[in-house]
Amino acid sequence: MGKSGFLRRLFVTVLLTLLALLFLAPMVLTVAGSFMPGEELAGSYGAIFGDEYMKDPVKLKFIPEKPTVEQYGKLAGDKSYAARFLVSALYTVSITVFGTAVSALAAYGFTRYRSRGRRLTFLGFSVLMLMPYQVTLVPNYFVSKWLGTFDTPLAVILPGVFSAFGVYLLTKYMARVPKDTLEAARLDGAGEFRLFTRICLPQCKSAVWAVALLTFFDNWSMVEGPLILLRDESARPLSVYLSRLNAGEPGMAFAAAAVYMMPCLALFIFGQRHLTEGINSSPKTATDRKT
Amino acid sequence: MRNGLSRGTRFRSLLFLFPSLLGTLIFFVIPFGMIIYYALVSKPVGGEFVGFSNFIRLFHNRAFLVGFRNTAVLCVSAVTLSVMLALGLSVLLENALPARGALRTAFLCPMFVPAASVVLVWTVLFHHNGAINAALAAIGLDPVDWFHTWWGSLMVLLMYLWRNLGLYVLLFTSALSAVPEELIGMANLDGAGPVRRFFTVKLPYLAPTMVFVVMLSLIYSMKIFREVYLLTGSYPYDHLYLLQHFMNNTFMSMDYPKLCAAALVLLTVMGAITAAVFWLEDRVGRDLENG
Repeated sequence: MGKSGFLRRLFVTVLLTLLALLFLAPMVLTVAGSFMPGEELAGSYGAIFGDEYMKDPVKLKFIPEKPTVEQYGKLAGDKSYAARFLVSALYTVSITVFGTAVSALAAYGFTRYRSRGRRLTFLGFSVLMLMPYQVTLVPNYFVSKWLGTFDTPLAVILPGVFSAFGVYLLTKYMARVPKDTLEAARLDGAGEFRLFTRICLPQCKSAVWAVALLTFFDNWSMVEGPLILLRDESARPLSVYLSRLNAGEPGMAFAAAAVYMMPCLALFIFGQRHLTEGINSSPKTATDRKT
Repeated sequence: MRNGLSRGTRFRSLLFLFPSLLGTLIFFVIPFGMIIYYALVSKPVGGEFVGFSNFIRLFHNRAFLVGFRNTAVLCVSAVTLSVMLALGLSVLLENALPARGALRTAFLCPMFVPAASVVLVWTVLFHHNGAINAALAAIGLDPVDWFHTWWGSLMVLLMYLWRNLGLYVLLFTSALSAVPEELIGMANLDGAGPVRRFFTVKLPYLAPTMVFVVMLSLIYSMKIFREVYLLTGSYPYDHLYLLQHFMNNTFMSMDYPKLCAAALVLLTVMGAITAAVFWLEDRVGRDLENG
């Protein structure tokens, strides 16, 4: 090691820190923008959002000079924003809660008993998971017409609940719960559902969290589904509506974007530990082989 | 091997699968049958069988070809760069750096930022009068037209890497930490340098994670459509026009035979890719067991 080792570590640290700051910059810019008064925004970003003849070049500002909550005040007065926010929350929370539950159940079904038929079915789920949204959107459209859910919240929520991604991740994770533990509990007289809730789920807590978080983040940003399946503009979530707000009123847009980010930020802070643990061990990594 | 489980367990574990299977059948599997039918008829209601003419029409459609090309280029470059860059960053993070955990978290943060929130910042950066062009002008370079030239593809790729790289780094770093110490020690005794140590000792252990990252990057490269759509709307210029734009626009014009033909083509291509990925996963698993 010695001196060259130290220099190398210093270089790597500086490099990675700069890169990390670059990764964080978009979030910081959004939050900083949300606390700037109108004039300051016009001064910094006037060349983009303001008058096209304003030729002041753009200045990225990471710290507002005269912080104010003026934008948040305007946002609070916007009833349609609050309504959209609730629509987004309704869709995303229902998909996350029911989707994770359905996935966990299915994963347990796949893990508990293996047969040729089930292996093939699981392969089917994996193929479905890799299908881009646009492929599954076409079936979703026809089914929503057929079930009469087209243009209602259920048209977006139901297909989201049956996403194959959670089934895949949780099955891979649950395969590592020791069979002996389950069998021992079964011999003690525990029913299958009790085995699932009392033995299996506690051991897979991180993976369940990871699936719930990824599902939430994904659906909080839903765009394609609402565009096709919801013709009624007022039923569309904030993820589609927000960009329209940006065009109309740049002053409020930063606050709107920042508030929209908050539920995800809270969940990330709260669940990051689980995410790190839960998704890590999900595929067959080398750790499996050591045990 | 699992015949030790009673018939009852077999049946009850099937019950766990039931909700997920039912939903998947209704929302994805059965409607695929409808898609095949629609792709082969001239119009959805009262149409006659026209064989492959919808597919021929599709392959003569310029919008489809452009979208297909751009999406294919995006997927291939996203997958390649994801694996290479994430692996590189993880190896750098293996150094004993101060605040390693914080760096990893910083890279991970973009994954929770909703697409609609960050679009505002992308506009500020990539707009013709935006921050990047201002910076280029400051060092005497010509501005880049991100929205109307091939630079657009680079912009999409950058947005994709920003959002997803952290997750892959997380997966790789934990796989790297699972490489048994003894093996590294043995390689050291054999006099292997850091480069050889990486390729002969560590890389085989990373293979399963690599396959998982390939799968994830395929899934997430399709989702970057959201950002592109929110930035540029339904009809962007050629280099930003993705297959998803084509599908959405065909939805809007209600040309279902063409839409279903496109969905089937996409299904076939993705099916082939999926088969390749699973073949790879299978092989990698077997190599590790034997090796």
